[in-house]
Amino acid sequence: MPSAEPLALTAPKAPEAPKAPKAPLSPYAFLAPFFTLFAAFGIFPLLYTAYVSLYRAELQTPGELEWRGLGNYTALFTDPFFWTALRNTFTIGVLSTVPQLLMALGLAHLLNYRLRARTFFRTALLLPYATSVAAASLIFAQLFGHDFGLVNRLLDLVGIRPVDWQNGTAASQIAVSSIVVWRWTGYNALIYLAGMQTIPAELYEAAEVDGASRWRQFLHVTVPGLRPTIVFTSVVSTIGATQLFGEPLLFEGSVSGGISHQYQTLGLYMYEQGWGFLHLGRAAAIAWVMFLLIVVVVGANAWAGRRRSLKEAGR
Amino acid sequence: MPIPRTVERAVVRLGAVALTGVLLAACGSGSGGGSSDSAGGDVTLTVDLFGSFGYQESGLYAEYERLHPGTKIKQTDTEDEQDYWKSLQTRLAGGGGLADVQGVEVGRIASVTQQQAAKFVDLNQYGAGALKEEFAPAKWSAATTKDGKVLGLGTDVGPEAMCYRSDLLQAAGLPTDRTELAARWATWDGYLELGRQYKAKAPAGSAWLDSVGSLNGIMVGQEKERYYDASGALIYENSPAVKAAWEASVKAAGEGLSAKLDQWSPPWNQAFSSGSFATLPCPAWMLGYIKGQAGDAGKGKWDVAKLPGGAGNWGGSYLAVPAAAAHKKEAYELIKWLTAPEQQTKVFRGQGNFPSATKSIGEIADAKDPYFSDAPIGKIFGEAAEQAPVQVLGLHDKDIADQINNALSEVERKGTAPETAWSNAKKAVKNALG
Repeated sequence: MPSAEPLALTAPKAPEAPKAPKAPLSPYAFLAPFFTLFAAFGIFPLLYTAYVSLYRAELQTPGELEWRGLGNYTALFTDPFFWTALRNTFTIGVLSTVPQLLMALGLAHLLNYRLRARTFFRTALLLPYATSVAAASLIFAQLFGHDFGLVNRLLDLVGIRPVDWQNGTAASQIAVSSIVVWRWTGYNALIYLAGMQTIPAELYEAAEVDGASRWRQFLHVTVPGLRPTIVFTSVVSTIGATQLFGEPLLFEGSVSGGISHQYQTLGLYMYEQGWGFLHLGRAAAIAWVMFLLIVVVVGANAWAGRRRSLKEAGR
Repeated sequence: MPIPRTVERAVVRLGAVALTGVLLAACGSGSGGGSSDSAGGDVTLTVDLFGSFGYQESGLYAEYERLHPGTKIKQTDTEDEQDYWKSLQTRLAGGGGLADVQGVEVGRIASVTQQQAAKFVDLNQYGAGALKEEFAPAKWSAATTKDGKVLGLGTDVGPEAMCYRSDLLQAAGLPTDRTELAARWATWDGYLELGRQYKAKAPAGSAWLDSVGSLNGIMVGQEKERYYDASGALIYENSPAVKAAWEASVKAAGEGLSAKLDQWSPPWNQAFSSGSFATLPCPAWMLGYIKGQAGDAGKGKWDVAKLPGGAGNWGGSYLAVPAAAAHKKEAYELIKWLTAPEQQTKVFRGQGNFPSATKSIGEIADAKDPYFSDAPIGKIFGEAAEQAPVQVLGLHDKDIADQINNALSEVERKGTAPETAWSNAKKAVKNALG
């Protein structure tokens, strides 16, 4: 009797004809790299962070974990620095996201007209986005310098006393927000522009025939047509604002976000706990709180957007 | 579009190969780097330091390379010790990216001996025990664990003095002679009083001292017990040393005697040459830093006098070899040579870092520094080193000092009420210690 192995290898193929439709394998192969990477660099760190956040874990002694249960989380509720960071994250988030999106919308509207050198302007818009956050923050830190900064010199020209952009609470938050606004406005403007170009030209023509001004066209044709795009950009910007880290870190180069923590964001506070004070467990807890916060905020955002759309549709 | 079966299979295989590659790469990353000696016997030793140790500047690496053909030394340097320590801790935890030789500040040495003994090489295994007699006893014992492991060799210590710009003092009509100044500022009150006189007639844009943080640091360095007592208990809240330093600093800030500069920040660095401040409380290692920042133009403008309020010690460092270093034996040979008395003397003569090797201390008693108007730095720092108290070192000395300095900056730059700032400091220390 021939052995089983070669038989299995050389077994004649079953007749092709009556065969149940088989799902092709190739899509899985194409997807696999993403999911493998996602599992290795997304899911695993996420779960491991959750695990570490339940322990007292120090960077100096990473082998010695001491069970704390939810202690790291409950400690946050009585931690004044956490609340400061949360408040700062919110105010800086509003200060940067709202002007950013409004300006982007305006710019996109202007770029949507037939302009000379349109490609030049569109490319120029994207340049701040291509600049590294380190370079941008460094330049802005100099612009906002107390004694020799350009901003204070300009203010001086119009008779305003020098502002302490580093140490003032509102002033430093405005300065940090301005870096964010500068970097991301063009990026959002291009997304809006792409959205605008899917709005049929006939709508504008019809509006024009009806005698609608450009401002009215913008309000009644452009903005409704852009609604999904606006929801998308506000969701992305909200996530970005919640995770804001590079700009405040590099503004003065301090992990505490200024001498009174006046512009310390949650991201920065997490970094200070983890890599300034080497408390990995607490940093992990902050990371999870941030994650949940983003889920809630984005969920609320999306829900509000959908409700609005449904209302419009029902009208 | 239908895809031919052969193509489909090829794609699946390709995907599998790519996946395996990714997984292997992910697994392999931990073991990479740090290859051992190459074929020719050539060794590149990496040295990672902070601030200014002065080895490169004093030509010691070049000399070592000459004495040991086939050895190359590469140094990296971080200006701010806080940043340096942070990245060192991250690399120690991960076990990768460590240099063969790592510097450790004295404020961190307790954390190394008490918490991280396993992460550094016990230098006894290469015979470091024989070197014990060469070092000042306190310096040696601070880097030794309870069970006798020696985790670092002492480089310098930080006897304290007062550095000043004689040209600025002259411009403000104050004496510039170092003995006369030392007499006038024999106490800290005398120092602040001179500061008031300076402020009254100072050149525009110039303050009496750089930051109240440096005043605080130097004063705290004059006491034996600061943040911890001998039993290891945290006492900074009621420590008389911390209190006295805090009060003097707050006073100086309130009277506008400081230039409000953040130590180790770029504006602080620039101020060395622009003359924004007239005095800078300076441990010996600061001399090299001043030379580096003020440059040739500062030569002869600076001088050094005895410190107000007695002798003290601020800082001083160690060289250690991480257990994960690629060339442990060679690294030990290098740090043994770098910390030997002859080399410590050379660094002192070049950079001012005061030696921790007893033989070297004797050799430099008559040293003068032309950069600092021929000040007898051997005598000034030598006496300070002799009289300085042997400090109690604690686990979080540096962290506590950093948080208190931060609170002082609030008083100095934002005009926060001292009581509020102190309670902020306590909160911040609690937060930092966890």
